[in-house]
Amino acid sequence: MAMATDVPKDSFRLSMLIYDTRYRSYTIQIVVLVLFALAVAWLLNNTVQNLAARGKEFNFGFLWQRAGYDIGQQLIPYTNDSTHFRALLIGLLNTLVVAVLGCVFATILGVIIGVLRLSGNWLVSRLMTVYVEMFRNVPLLLWILLSYVILSEVTPQPRDFRVTDEMIAAGEEPAASMMFFDTVAVTNRGTNIPSALFERGLGTVDIGFMTLNLDFWAILAVIAGSIFVNRRILRSARATQEATGIRPVTWWKSILVLFAPVIALLVAMGFHLEIPELKGFNFQGGILVAHSFTALLIALTLYTAAFIAEIVRAGIQAISRGQSEAAFALGLRPNRTMNLIILPQALRVIIPPLISQYLNLTKNTSLGIAVSYLDLRGTLGGITLNQTGRELECMLLMMLIYLSISLMISAVMNMYNKSVQLKAR
Amino acid sequence: MSETHAQTVNFVRDTMLPPAPPPVSERGAVKWMRENLFSTPLNIALTLLGVLALYAIAASALPWWLNSVWNAESLSQCREIVAASAGPDATGACWAMIRERWHQFLFGFYPPAEYWRPVTAFGLLFAALAPVLYSGQKRNLTILLGCVLAYLLLTLYLASAPGFAFGLAVLLVVGMIALAQVQPGKLLWFTLIYPALTFWLLWGGSIWSPIVAMAGFAVLYGVFRFASPLIGLAPAAGAGVVAAVLWWLYIDIPVVNLLQSALPLGIQAVASDQFGGFLLAIVIGVTGISFSLPIGILLALGRQSDMLIVKTLSVGFIEFIRGVPLITLLFTASLLLQYFLPPGTNFDIILRVIILVTFFAAAYLAEVIRGGLAALPRGQYEAADALGLDYWRAQRLIILPQALKISIPAIVSTFIGLFKDTTLVAFVGLMDPLKGVTQIVRADIDWKGIYWEPYIFVGAIFFLICFGMSRYSMYLEQKLKTDHR
Amino acid sequence: MADAAKMQVSDEVAIQITGMNKWYGQFHVLRDINMTVQRGERIVICGPSGSGKSTLIRCINRLEEHQQGQIIVDGTELTNDLKNIDKVRSEVGMVFQHFNLFPHLTILENLTLAPIWVRKVPKREAEETAMYFLSKVKIPEQAHKYPGQLSGGQQQRVAIARSLCMKPRIMLFDEPTSALDPEMIKEVLDTMIQLAEEGMTMICVTHEMGFAQAVANRVIFMDQGQIVEQNEPREFFNNPKSDRTKLFLSQILGH
Repeated sequence: MAMATDVPKDSFRLSMLIYDTRYRSYTIQIVVLVLFALAVAWLLNNTVQNLAARGKEFNFGFLWQRAGYDIGQQLIPYTNDSTHFRALLIGLLNTLVVAVLGCVFATILGVIIGVLRLSGNWLVSRLMTVYVEMFRNVPLLLWILLSYVILSEVTPQPRDFRVTDEMIAAGEEPAASMMFFDTVAVTNRGTNIPSALFERGLGTVDIGFMTLNLDFWAILAVIAGSIFVNRRILRSARATQEATGIRPVTWWKSILVLFAPVIALLVAMGFHLEIPELKGFNFQGGILVAHSFTALLIALTLYTAAFIAEIVRAGIQAISRGQSEAAFALGLRPNRTMNLIILPQALRVIIPPLISQYLNLTKNTSLGIAVSYLDLRGTLGGITLNQTGRELECMLLMMLIYLSISLMISAVMNMYNKSVQLKAR
Repeated sequence: MSETHAQTVNFVRDTMLPPAPPPVSERGAVKWMRENLFSTPLNIALTLLGVLALYAIAASALPWWLNSVWNAESLSQCREIVAASAGPDATGACWAMIRERWHQFLFGFYPPAEYWRPVTAFGLLFAALAPVLYSGQKRNLTILLGCVLAYLLLTLYLASAPGFAFGLAVLLVVGMIALAQVQPGKLLWFTLIYPALTFWLLWGGSIWSPIVAMAGFAVLYGVFRFASPLIGLAPAAGAGVVAAVLWWLYIDIPVVNLLQSALPLGIQAVASDQFGGFLLAIVIGVTGISFSLPIGILLALGRQSDMLIVKTLSVGFIEFIRGVPLITLLFTASLLLQYFLPPGTNFDIILRVIILVTFFAAAYLAEVIRGGLAALPRGQYEAADALGLDYWRAQRLIILPQALKISIPAIVSTFIGLFKDTTLVAFVGLMDPLKGVTQIVRADIDWKGIYWEPYIFVGAIFFLICFGMSRYSMYLEQKLKTDHR
Repeated sequence: MADAAKMQVSDEVAIQITGMNKWYGQFHVLRDINMTVQRGERIVICGPSGSGKSTLIRCINRLEEHQQGQIIVDGTELTNDLKNIDKVRSEVGMVFQHFNLFPHLTILENLTLAPIWVRKVPKREAEETAMYFLSKVKIPEQAHKYPGQLSGGQQQRVAIARSLCMKPRIMLFDEPTSALDPEMIKEVLDTMIQLAEEGMTMICVTHEMGFAQAVANRVIFMDQGQIVEQNEPREFFNNPKSDRTKLFLSQILGH
C-alpha cells in the first residue's frame, strides 16, 4: 500500500554547487572571496616590491618631523618649526572653516533663491532660473579661477586708496575707496577686514596642547544661554496657547533675550573694531584675508546655492496641492499653512539631498589647490608629500580623513531620516 | 416650505449655452502683467528689484560686448583699439585672443595637420550615438545623420583632410543614412565598433591594433556561446573573460606585428601628452560615461544582492569612492598606481585618469540606480520569478529597463557632473581646456592679464554641452512618460 | 430610507449664487450658474466628468475664484476681501476625494489643528471636541495613530470629523467615495446620512445614486459647465426630462 512518502533525498552531486539554490550562493560567494583575496595579495605584493625597490619603508614617523614651510592662513599657531602633524591640523582646520562657512552661506542663499523661484513673480523666477542653470552647467573650477583672478588682478593696489593733501585741495577722489562705511578694503594683496579687540578681555588659558581664548568661549556661552532661555519662552507661550487658546506675542521678547545679553557682554568687555588703515604702502591693523580663501568661499557658496535652490524648490513642490487646499478649506491662512503643514513635510524631502550637497561642498574644498589655498590636500597631500617623498602614507592618511568626514555626515543623515520617517502600515 | 424661489423649483434647460469669451479685464497683456508682476506689494518690490538688477548688469556688460575687438596681435593692442574707438575709459572684449588661439582650446597640442582625425571622430560620435538616442525613430535618425554628413563635409574640407579619408567618411555616413531607411536596428553595429575606430583615429598607429583588439571581444563572445550550454551562463561568461584576457595579454601584440609587417597600413601616431583642450575633455567624458553605466549597474545589483560577501564588497567600494574627493583619486592615479602595479609597468596617464574617472562615476551611478531599483514595486520582481526567468534575464528584460527609466534625470545629472569634473585633470598635469590651456595662453607675453574672454569662451562651450544633455534628458523623460498615463 | 421627519428644510437661505461665470484662461468652465440652497437642504450634483461640478463647489469656499456673478454664503459675499473669505471658510467645511489628511500629524492633531489656530480654542477643549466627533464617525480608538496607518474608509471618516470640528453650518463633499474600495464606501455613506439626519446643509458631488435617493432634497445635473436639470430625486431618476439627463442616467445606472 502506498503511504505518504518522504521527499526523496538526492545524494550530493558536484553540479549541485552551481544549480542547487542551497549551495549556489555559497559557491559564488566563495569564488568571489577567493578572487578578491588573490587580488589584494597581488596588490600588496607589488607594493612591497616597489617600496623595496625605491628604498622606502612604510611608516608614519615623518609626521613628527619638522615641517619647514610657512602657511599663510592659520587658525591655530604654527611656524615653520612645527611638525608635519601640526601642518596637517592646520590644513584640516582650513578645510573645515571653508566647508562650514560655505554650507551656511550656501544654505541661506539657496533657500532664498529656491523660494524666489517658486514665487508668482514671472521676472524674478526667470532670473533665478537663469542663475541656477548657469551655475549648474559650468564647472566649479571655472568659478573659482574667475573669482580669484578678479580679486587679485582687478582690485586696486593699496596705494590707490591714499588721499594726499594735494588731492584734498584739488577736490579729487582717491582711485579706490573702502567699503561698508570705510571698514573693509579689497586690494590685490588680500581683503582687509576689521578685527575684534577687547579692552577688558578675559585673556587666555593654556591647557597643555592648546590655548583657550576665554573671550571667544564666554561669548559662545552667553549665546547658548540666550538660545536656551528663548526656547523656554516659546515653550511657555505654547503652554499658554494650549490652556487658553490665545498665543501671547513673543517676538519682542525673543529679540530681547537673543541679542541683549550678548551685546551687554561685548560692551562690558570693551569690544571695539580695529579698522585697517593705510600707513605707508600697506594697510595696517585688522585681519588680512587671503584671496584664495575669499575666492574659494565665494565660488563654493554661489555654486552650491544653485543646487540647494533646486532641492528646496523640488521639496516644496513635492507636497501635493491637496494639503494646502485642505488647510485653506479649514480656514488656515497661507503663512500658517506653510509653517504648520507644508514646511514640516517639505523638510523631510529636502534634508537628505541637502546633506548630500554639504558633503559635496566639503569635498569640493579640495579644489582650493587651484588657487593655492592650503587646505588638507594642500598641506598633507601637497607640500608635506612633496617634501618627505612619502606619497603612499600621505595619500592614504588623507583619504582616510576625508572618508571619516563623509561617513560622519552620512551617519547624521541616516539618523535624521530614521527619526522623521512618516509612519505607515 | 413656504417660499419657492425660481432656483429651487424643478428646472429643465431647453437650450444649452454656448461658450463666451471672458470679460476684457480678465485677459490680455495687462492682466498678465497685473497677475504675474504686480499682484501684491511684495511682488511689486520684487519686480522693481529684478528690473534694477537687470539694468545694472546690462549697463556694465553691454558696452564691453559692443566694443569687441576681433583683430589684434596682443592684449595691449586690443586696449589701444578700444581706446581709439570708444574713449580712454571704455572697456572692450578682446576676442582676438580666441581668434588666434581657438585651436589650442579645442585640440591642445595635437598636430594641426592631423586635425581632421579628431574632427571626424567627433562627427562620427553623433552617428554612433544616434541609434542609442533615437532608437527606432527613422525620421529623427535620418535628420541626425544628415546633420553629421553636413558637418563632416564642411569641417573636413576646412581641415584639409586627405582625399581618401574625406571620401571614406562621407561614404560611411551616406551608407548609414541608407541603412537607417531600411533597417535602423543594424546601425548598432557601428556603435559597437566606434570605440576601436575612434581610438585608432585619435592615437594613430597601425590599423591592425584596433582590429586585433576587437577580435578579443569576438573571442570572448565565441567562448561564451560555445560554453554556456555546457557549464551555465555565469561560468561561461567567466571563461570567456579569461580567454579574452589571455588573447589581449599574450596573443594580441605578436599578431599585430605579424599583420603589420605583412600589410603595413596606418596613420601617424600621436602621443598622449599632445592631447589637450576640449578634445581631451570629450575623450575622457565620453569614455567615462559609456563605461561607468554598465559598471554602475553591476555595482547597484551587487549592493542589492542577498549574498553577504558580494554586498559587503559593493558597499565598501561605493562608500569609499563617494567619500573621497575626485582630486585625491586622480592623484592616486598619477602617483600611487605605480606602487600597486608590478614593477616596471607603465600606463599611459590618460588611460589611468579615464579608469579612475569611470570608477568614480560608476559609484555615484550605483547609488542613483539603487534608488531606481528601490522605487520599483516588489510585484515586478515576483512576477519575473513567477514567469520562470532566471536572475540575469529578469534583470535585463524587466527590472533594469524600468529602474533605469525612473532614474533618468539623476543619471543624466551624474553624467553632467562627470563631464564638468574632467576639468580637474589639470591637477595631474593634463591640459584640460579650463585651467590647462588658459594657463598656457596667459603665460604668453602677448596675452598676459586676459581673463574674461577665455573663461567666457570655455564656460560657454561647457554650458552648451551640459545644458544640451539636460534638455535631452527632459525630452527622454517626456517621451517615456507617455507610456504610463 | 432615512427618517423624513428629521430632515426639515428651513426658509433661511444658506447659499445664493446668481449669474456666476468662471473661465480658465479662454475656457468657459462655468456658465451662468443660478442656484439657491436653503438651510437644511441636501443637494446632490451629478454629471459627466469635465462638466464643472467640482469647480462649482470649490468656488463656494473660494478654493477657486469666479470672474462674473455673485456668490453669497451665509450672508457674506465672496470677493477678494480676505476677511470675507476667512469668515466663509470657517462656516463651510469640505471633504476631498483624496482625503488630504496631514500625514505628519496624528489623527487627534489633524482634528485639533484648525480649532486651535483659527478659532483659538484651548487645547483641552479642542481635544474633547475632536474625540466627540471621532466617536461620532465611530473610530475613537484611532486617535493617536497616523493617517498612513489607517484604511481608506477610515481616513475619509477622519476627514469628515476634521471638518466637523470647526462646527460648520454647511458641508461640501467633492466625490468623497470615488477613491475608496467598494467595501469601504458604505461606512462613509452611512456617516454622511447620519449627518444629513442631524440637519446639516450639504452639497455633495457624487456618483452614488443610492445616496441621492436616500437623502437628497434635490438632484442637480450639470453638463458643459451649466445646470441642465434639477428636480426631486424621485422625479429626477424616474422621469428625466432632458435628453442629456436621460443619456447620463442610462450610463450611470446601467452597470
